[in-house]
Amino acid sequence: MEHRPELTIVSLYPRDMNIYGDRGNVLALSRRARAHGFEPVVVDVNVGDALPEQVDIVIGGGGQDSGQVRVSRDLVGRAAEFRALAEAGTPMLLICGMYQLFGHRFLTASDTMLEGIGVLDVETRAGAERMIGNVIVDSDEFGEIIGYENHSGHTVLGPGSVPLGRVKQGAGNNPDEGFEGARTHNAIGSYLHGSLLPKNPAISDFLIRTAAERRYGSFNSEVAVDETTLRARESAKRRPR
Amino acid sequence: MRDFFSTVIGKTVRALARLRGGGSAFPGLVVERLDPGYMGRVLSTLPLGVVAVSGTNGKTTTTKMIVEMLEAQGLRVFTNRTGSNYSRGVIAAIIEEATVSGKLAADVAVLELDEAHAMYFIDRVKPRFTLLLNVLRDQLDRYGEIDTTARYLQRIADATSEVLVVNREDRLVAEIGRQTRVRAGEHGSPQVREFGLTEDLLDTFPGDDDFHGGVHRGAGEESPQADADVTLVKLGKNRATFRIDGADYETPLLLEGLYNTYNAAAALATVRAVQAARTDGVAGDSGVEPLLRALAEVRPAFGRGEKLELDGMPLELVLVKNPAGFRLGLASFDATGVGVMIAINDQYADGRDMSWLWDVDFATLADGGVSVVSGTRAWDMALRLEHDDVRVGQVEEDLSRAIEAFRHATPGVPRRIYCSYTAMLGLRKRLSELTEVEEI
Repeated sequence: MEHRPELTIVSLYPRDMNIYGDRGNVLALSRRARAHGFEPVVVDVNVGDALPEQVDIVIGGGGQDSGQVRVSRDLVGRAAEFRALAEAGTPMLLICGMYQLFGHRFLTASDTMLEGIGVLDVETRAGAERMIGNVIVDSDEFGEIIGYENHSGHTVLGPGSVPLGRVKQGAGNNPDEGFEGARTHNAIGSYLHGSLLPKNPAISDFLIRTAAERRYGSFNSEVAVDETTLRARESAKRRPR
Repeated sequence: MRDFFSTVIGKTVRALARLRGGGSAFPGLVVERLDPGYMGRVLSTLPLGVVAVSGTNGKTTTTKMIVEMLEAQGLRVFTNRTGSNYSRGVIAAIIEEATVSGKLAADVAVLELDEAHAMYFIDRVKPRFTLLLNVLRDQLDRYGEIDTTARYLQRIADATSEVLVVNREDRLVAEIGRQTRVRAGEHGSPQVREFGLTEDLLDTFPGDDDFHGGVHRGAGEESPQADADVTLVKLGKNRATFRIDGADYETPLLLEGLYNTYNAAAALATVRAVQAARTDGVAGDSGVEPLLRALAEVRPAFGRGEKLELDGMPLELVLVKNPAGFRLGLASFDATGVGVMIAINDQYADGRDMSWLWDVDFATLADGGVSVVSGTRAWDMALRLEHDDVRVGQVEEDLSRAIEAFRHATPGVPRRIYCSYTAMLGLRKRLSELTEVEEI
């Protein structure tokens, strides 16, 4: 059997932050990495676990509030580690709860301040209304991003982050500005699940390409998007909000 | 006099609505508007009061089990049979069954309560007995989050006057039991009873918390394990063994699947609580055997492992509406020698978010494959199966065409369709043109 170069994917807090199909992102990323000729190695990092020595991609998801408190305490202890990884250009995908905690802070509905780790220049405040439904985002880098949002956090970006894209349908970061997600270096934060990566292989490709270039110096693989994915994107776009 | 007017108005509206082919809950809506106290007044006249059944999964079949066991004990039982589990559905059912003077000819009401809509209900009617089944990830985009659902169930528990029956193996529901016991304190009401599983069966029941290797019985908690009133100790094909008061009782069952069987333990514990409260002298006859004889006869509620016949072969409809339910559905039924179809819609009642499909492991279907995938989100389902290397024969969003394709692809074998709620309703409607389907 041919030797496939490895890519280590750190799956953050799968035990506490696994509520909206975040496992789908790990599955889709692994499958796509394999299609590009890599051998994905998924390392679960839960509260108290050490990070592996090699970290090529970081991926984290959402949780209900009770899980978020436990996780935020653990995460703050690793702030320096993650900031260093991000500054060095490690690709990251942080969904929903992890998006909020990779920002500076999150003020919850019960007025508790959860300290974040400031990898992304964003700040979140819980709002009265939940933003729920199908979302379509236009992104310069990734084209049309299709997902589903379900959050009450209002997230505002500072100058150190740029939005992932402009919302064509749905709310996104907050009900007022019409933007979704945030990006600093190669770390992407987003409210979108659905799951996000299975229907948005362009984002998987970005994570894999960036990781491969950093670890192996180059990346020149092209893999077409299959019909099932295209049809799933089309049907999701036709559905009501 | 007011009961009389409201009942007559309701019955009139119902007759008119029927003529127009209207919905079953419409007369309930009218009476609810005209006379908000109607439901509470009528139900408060029942000698054994109200039994409420709530939780995210399995309410309908469990309610059916409780009703049939109580009826076998000679009780007259009022229930919301149509699956209209909101207040106006309950009122519509009262209107249908009450005499014109607004009296229900019943000893007890057993009502399935949707977690969120139950708040409106318990403001009007206090259940005497409550059964809380589980808090699994169900339609999160409707209720927000799991913790919110748990708070709703806590409020139903708080409104319960006599006995609260809880699932010992569900972390959130067991916690509600503990809280209630603390709050009941010395005067001891409501009393809390548990139903549970033996240690070696725990692994068979995937909950939400343990999906990533967590534990069932809140590990690290110091409090000793509560003794369960009814424990499921053994599972076989259409057989189960329950431990009650230290004795093991084996019984045949028409119900199939891990889920239904565990819910039978819940129903038994609830019926035992009602039996113990009877003061009509029949309570002495409350041995376990007569209950089990009634339980053995219970058929699953529609869509809950319901068996139809198509082209001379059995066709099973399995309702799936959240990850834990889908996982149990897959684990409950043998995947070999069966034609499989999956139909997933994303209407409001199904939940619009497809994320949940990614929390189900479909590897058990890899050997046999899935003949047809259908529903408004057929392509999402197909994409999900692709990621578990499950072969898909055909993707056909339209339910009618999907049934035809499924019949064509699976001649001469038993068939099974896993379907979301509105997909199930649509399939039943189309299947009723091809075979006998019980009207609901």
